[in-house]
Amino acid sequence: MFGLGILKGLGITLRHFVESYWEDLRGWGRRYFTPEGIARRRSRDTRGIFTIQYPEEKLPVPEAFRVIPFLVYADEADGTRKLRCTACGICARVCPPQCIWIVRASDSATGKPVAHPAEFAVDIDRCMNCGYCAEYCPFDAIRMDREYELASRNRSGHVYNLEKLLKPAAYHAAIHPAAFAREEAERAQRQARRTGDA
Amino acid sequence: MNLGERFPQGVVRDERPGYSGWIVDSSLLPNVAQTLRREEGFDYLSSVTGVDYLPEDLFETVYHVYRTGGGPGEIIKVRTPRGRPVLPSLTSIYPGAEFQEREIWDLFGIQFDGHPDLRRILLWEGFSGHPLRKDWREPMYEEETKPFGARWPEGRRNGPPDRAFTRPADALAPGGWEADDDRALYAALENEAGGRPEALQTEFLMVNLGPQHPSTHGVFRVAALLDGETVVNLKPVMGYLHRCHEKIGERNTFPGNIPFTDRLDYLTSLSNNFGYVLAVETLMGIRPPERAEYLRVILAELTRIVSHLWSIGFLLNDLGAFFTPALYAIEERELVVDIFEAVTGSRMMCNFFRFGGLARDIDAGTVEAIRALVEERLPGKVDQLDAYLTGNEIVQARCAGVGILPREKALAYSAAGPVLRASGVPYDVRKAEPYSVYDRFEWDVACRGGCDVYDRYLVRMDEIRQSIRIIRQALRALPAGPVQTGKPQFQPRVPPGEAYGRVEGPKGELGFYVVSTGRPNPWRYHVRAPSFINLTGMAEMCRGGKVADVVAVLGSIDIILGETDR
Ligand code: SF4
Ligand code: SF4
Repeated sequence: MFGLGILKGLGITLRHFVESYWEDLRGWGRRYFTPEGIARRRSRDTRGIFTIQYPEEKLPVPEAFRVIPFLVYADEADGTRKLRCTACGICARVCPPQCIWIVRASDSATGKPVAHPAEFAVDIDRCMNCGYCAEYCPFDAIRMDREYELASRNRSGHVYNLEKLLKPAAYHAAIHPAAFAREEAERAQRQARRTGDA
Repeated sequence: MNLGERFPQGVVRDERPGYSGWIVDSSLLPNVAQTLRREEGFDYLSSVTGVDYLPEDLFETVYHVYRTGGGPGEIIKVRTPRGRPVLPSLTSIYPGAEFQEREIWDLFGIQFDGHPDLRRILLWEGFSGHPLRKDWREPMYEEETKPFGARWPEGRRNGPPDRAFTRPADALAPGGWEADDDRALYAALENEAGGRPEALQTEFLMVNLGPQHPSTHGVFRVAALLDGETVVNLKPVMGYLHRCHEKIGERNTFPGNIPFTDRLDYLTSLSNNFGYVLAVETLMGIRPPERAEYLRVILAELTRIVSHLWSIGFLLNDLGAFFTPALYAIEERELVVDIFEAVTGSRMMCNFFRFGGLARDIDAGTVEAIRALVEERLPGKVDQLDAYLTGNEIVQARCAGVGILPREKALAYSAAGPVLRASGVPYDVRKAEPYSVYDRFEWDVACRGGCDVYDRYLVRMDEIRQSIRIIRQALRALPAGPVQTGKPQFQPRVPPGEAYGRVEGPKGELGFYVVSTGRPNPWRYHVRAPSFINLTGMAEMCRGGKVADVVAVLGSIDIILGETDR
């Protein structure tokens, strides 16, 4: 019969329509603005309205999530910050849009280069969030941050300098627990090998 | 086939190390092409592109032709001096060369004698110079290749951003150029239509759809010549989103290009990664471990599902079913991009394939999530979408018999992907020349013979089902083991030579032609973009139809401007 296809389609639309109310009623008070509600709407048997009500609600991001990089430092016993970065330059060379600038520090007495950066800058307007810097850094010194609300009223603050890039190792451990554990294990292994050799 | 024996004068084997194919004398090019197409059955011109061999002072134009029946292709190359670059056009033998030759003219300045409408295609008419020539420099030129010396160890920058900003005086507004109000474009449209109508007191009407129009899926323009409501002729006008991706690609290091390929067809970044790493892996002579191969296939097929869902949803949008079907499709897409995000760290710009493997392994939880999706959810949802749309009389009335591209024309215009397969050509790179581990799975090439918008839609539906089939098998056979051969290198050594890596992307055959000179950067990096080449046949699909159907036809071709314009 002509028109049957349209009717069938309308039936499906109606089902979706009813489902969206049914699901809202069923999850009354829990479906929106709660972590379990968000999880439910993203689950593989989600039905009804699946939209996340940003900015009141935010999608939880996975560990691998990457936006722009930050530099990891460790808090020393004497209260100073110890950078992991050795200014080796690999991240600056691998960065596809070339948005990392590194000034290698030099010894004030001899003028010889030393293994830490005097200045480190990332132009986050040009950063394409690829994650290469973190992936290829041999010292686990640069990692990808998950902060994505970076809009601002002017561009002048969009070149992050050393001060703005530095974050404690504890922060890295908190947002990347699995990767952090893996890196620590590898570091311990390397350490053990070195002491074994010596 | 031995072209050298067939044409003892003027055809020699390309014997440079790492190269293959034939070097053909330019005067013989039409004959050789004719022989390949008519006698040898190479009915499909996949890619045409140029290479600027500046040190040898010559341009080389490279043609890749294939048989739709399957098997390896032939590569022919034609040389022309840089000083006077003129070649015979192949548009009369392979009409699919039309846009590609225009692109070469635009970016290299090689002239094609006999081309029906040789105008710039990606750049604007007033642009001076041809940017893919090796001696052309962009206004913000810094250095020939990355990494740029200013980044490390002195980090020379004072204030953001300290780039060597040298804009040649005539780079963007060449002296003497005046806007011609697109007279050349409109004249070409009328010429091809055979002049003005003869009937008394009627005139053709010139209508521009776009570039700012919601139905054009981006900044894309269609210049249409109308007789009443009937389309007499039309030309797609593109380039509004042109970034000279290939020039950037030649400045980049080899791995640096992978995240850039994400930005071609931004809905299908994983397929784009796939094509590019295949090309470079061919050059390097490596293959990824088994587990990586299977994961690549799984991710690429998920990408296909995402892309087709999107395309089906938005075809309906174009037909006027405002967003209800699109959102039903996008709901499923969300679940897949959630998986992409967990695996790769990004929902769309995945940047996940590496030469010789993948960036990371996938954990068991994610594998389980993919399994649950393809076993428990997607099949039912695809059936529902099918029940929702396929039998709908309005969809049928708007799509069936609209935008006809007959089989021969589809082949001639080098159409690819669902557009070609809806015209009755069962050509799919995954079967025709299987790459990765596609030959280990059981699946069918989706093919239909209606040649119209409706069948393009149906082919996409079929392909979603086939992709689900492939993913199920791949998940069952997914081996354990590493996902990367050797240590990941930030500066891999790529031996000199050329390679053409092609995959069956969701939009069609996606090819990457890469030339290496042994340095850390590709000498030539070309993208055979299905979204771009599929537009060659658009005028054919629209002629004689109503102007309202142009939008439906465009939706059925399924272009993404990031890839069309590159
Ligand atoms: S962040 Fe890592 S790769 Fe970059 S300079 Fe420092 S140590 Fe080298
Ligand atoms: S994420 Fe990519 S683009 Fe951004 S700073 Fe790191 S390497 Fe450069």
